[in-house]
Amino acid sequence: MPAFALPRIHTMKTIHPSISLLLAAALALTTVALATVAAPATAQERKIRIGVEGAYPPFSEIGPDGKIKGFDIDIGNALCAELKAQCTMIVQDFDGMIPSLIARKFDAVLASMSITDERKKAVDFTNKYYHSPERFIGKVGALSDTSPAGLKGKRIGVQRTTTHDRYVSDLYKQSQIVRYTKQSDVYLDLVAGRIDLAMLDSVAADFGFLRTPQGKGYGYLGEPANNPKYFGYGSGIAVRKGDTQLREDLNRAIAAIRANGTYKKIQDKYFTFDIYGAPVK
Amino acid sequence: MLIEYLPTLLDGTLVTLSVAGASLAIAVALGLTGAAAKLSRLGWLRAIATTYTTVIRGVPDLVLMLLIFYGGQVGVNQLAAALGHDGYIDINPFVAGVATIGFIFGAYLTETFRGALMAIPAGQREAGLAFGMSPLKVLWRITVPQMIRLALPGFTNNWLVLVKSTAIVSVIGLSDMMQRAGFAAGATQQPFTFYLAAAGLYLAITSVSLIALNALNRRYSLGVRTGAA
Amino acid sequence: MNWDAITSSLPTYLDGALLTLQLLGASLLLGLVVALPLALLRASANAWANRAVWCFTYVIRGTPMLVQLFLIYYGLAQFPAVRESVLWPWLSQAWFCAVLAFGINTCAYTVEIIAGCIRATPHGEVEAARAMGLTTAQTWRRILLPSALRRALPAYSNEVIMMLHGTSLASIVTLLDLTGVAREVNSRFYAPFEAFITAAVFYLALTFLLVGLFHLAERRWLKHLRPRTT
Repeated sequence: MPAFALPRIHTMKTIHPSISLLLAAALALTTVALATVAAPATAQERKIRIGVEGAYPPFSEIGPDGKIKGFDIDIGNALCAELKAQCTMIVQDFDGMIPSLIARKFDAVLASMSITDERKKAVDFTNKYYHSPERFIGKVGALSDTSPAGLKGKRIGVQRTTTHDRYVSDLYKQSQIVRYTKQSDVYLDLVAGRIDLAMLDSVAADFGFLRTPQGKGYGYLGEPANNPKYFGYGSGIAVRKGDTQLREDLNRAIAAIRANGTYKKIQDKYFTFDIYGAPVK
Repeated sequence: MLIEYLPTLLDGTLVTLSVAGASLAIAVALGLTGAAAKLSRLGWLRAIATTYTTVIRGVPDLVLMLLIFYGGQVGVNQLAAALGHDGYIDINPFVAGVATIGFIFGAYLTETFRGALMAIPAGQREAGLAFGMSPLKVLWRITVPQMIRLALPGFTNNWLVLVKSTAIVSVIGLSDMMQRAGFAAGATQQPFTFYLAAAGLYLAITSVSLIALNALNRRYSLGVRTGAA
Repeated sequence: MNWDAITSSLPTYLDGALLTLQLLGASLLLGLVVALPLALLRASANAWANRAVWCFTYVIRGTPMLVQLFLIYYGLAQFPAVRESVLWPWLSQAWFCAVLAFGINTCAYTVEIIAGCIRATPHGEVEAARAMGLTTAQTWRRILLPSALRRALPAYSNEVIMMLHGTSLASIVTLLDLTGVAREVNSRFYAPFEAFITAAVFYLALTFLLVGLFHLAERRWLKHLRPRTT
């Protein structure tokens, strides 16, 4: 690993004239090399690139076959079918979703993202496509008081930049907040005992952890945290600010799959209850 | 458990290998360009090359990757907009990862190639020219073969570091071996099993590379006398 | 450009830089202390000892540090026996796992650097020591090690810089080192350029600082190897 302590060679006064040839050859090589990786992108039919997560069961997870699946993914495919668009799902860690959306790495984020006023400053949201409450989970019976005072000195695990992150960071100043890139890593550390409890979406917690063999002995702690200021108005699809066309189209598509039964079919595949919650006014 | 996920892990191995291979192509090209620039008579060319190698080698791969992946896309978009291009230019994670790793290791290879070039005595080139060889022929018959031999040890080292560096492309969302292992670890809650499998696969890649490059080194070092011999 | 985000986060960046330096210092210390005896074994004539140490360095040097970190941080916790052991209070700390992983990693490279320098010691130095009547232990302590460790300085300074950069992986296991802070700032303000360039500037400064310190050290301890100026 030659970093800085290369053997010091005295400056050579004579320079190979063949160097300029080498330079030309190298530049040509660079061009060829770059040309081979930059695949040309031609837009024929409507293409939508959707950022999805992959480690947030049952909403999105990567199966043993390496394919992404889950509620979010099925909804995405249904919306795309409705819009007759060709969609590509791009897997991205949650904390990079909005930066990547703004950087145009994809056009929409379909990743169980709560619609909040803070996020609305950076991106636009469609109407919600589901809504479930947020809760603490931890060892059954470990504690019952989940107020900021009750959790003083406790270690709370959250997924970075989620609404849960903001919520506990702002209100639980006496607790230690540990932030993770993937929700599944939060579960790993909860079982490992590095954190005392985790704050997350109740449905994700139930299906992604509490019902799995590893979740044995763990359960919800305290009451659901109802706080629209942090948790907003359900989960929506984020699009870039000003991308009204896409937002309107997606809203139309959400309404359509709600009306024609596709939504219910997808919902019944995963849940035995109504995940959509109260209808949008 | 492991058997079930093995196909996806191996699939990820292919991604890792293609990222490494494509990055190497860019790194070699940039390394040659950089070495040539560093040995150039033009001051500003040398300055650019020196800045490039110093900055790249002073900042962690991970930071550069995040910077290029997020910042680079914003930059490309602004550039495209400034040039009157209305759409976006898509940089997918593969291209971003390859460009970043290629860009980083281009800096390291610049030093490797520069060292190799400078180790070839100028007299040899002069002798070639005196024999009436064209500069191109001198380059091809005298400079390049010796440069390969002199650069091989450093090149081998850089290639091994490069392969291992590709592990961090998972952070920018490329589904390489590491990302597959990570998802499998999360889904099965058996991180040790899957990260150990990933470690084994990396070790296999580096071992095969070492054997192959050592063989190549022996081939190019034929007839070279060392102090030990 | 959103530089206000950076100015308001500067104290956090400083905290991050401090953590980066602590991680670096602790892992280098751990790596060096373990590497010294291992390097003696690696350079020894005993084929078995030599082979065993080589196996360790080969495996560590042949796999990415990120995998090693994940194996220690997430992997070990898979086993209930580990979680119930006396080591768990330590292993449950992210910074300890990071230092352990980084320390093991740098140890492997340091072993090879030092062993290489020991092997490259001119045999005349050993013969001279024998002729002076030094015992084997004295020869190691007075001649071989001081000479080899000095000559290891340039390569070791490389290793230190590499480790400085390697500590950025700590951000992946929840630690808020320099890179961790930058990722946090980016995801809070959506300002990738500003966030990561600030981190890069900090790393560059630290790199230059370390390079400078090693230059001073080389000037002090490698004086005898400097080319004579005419």
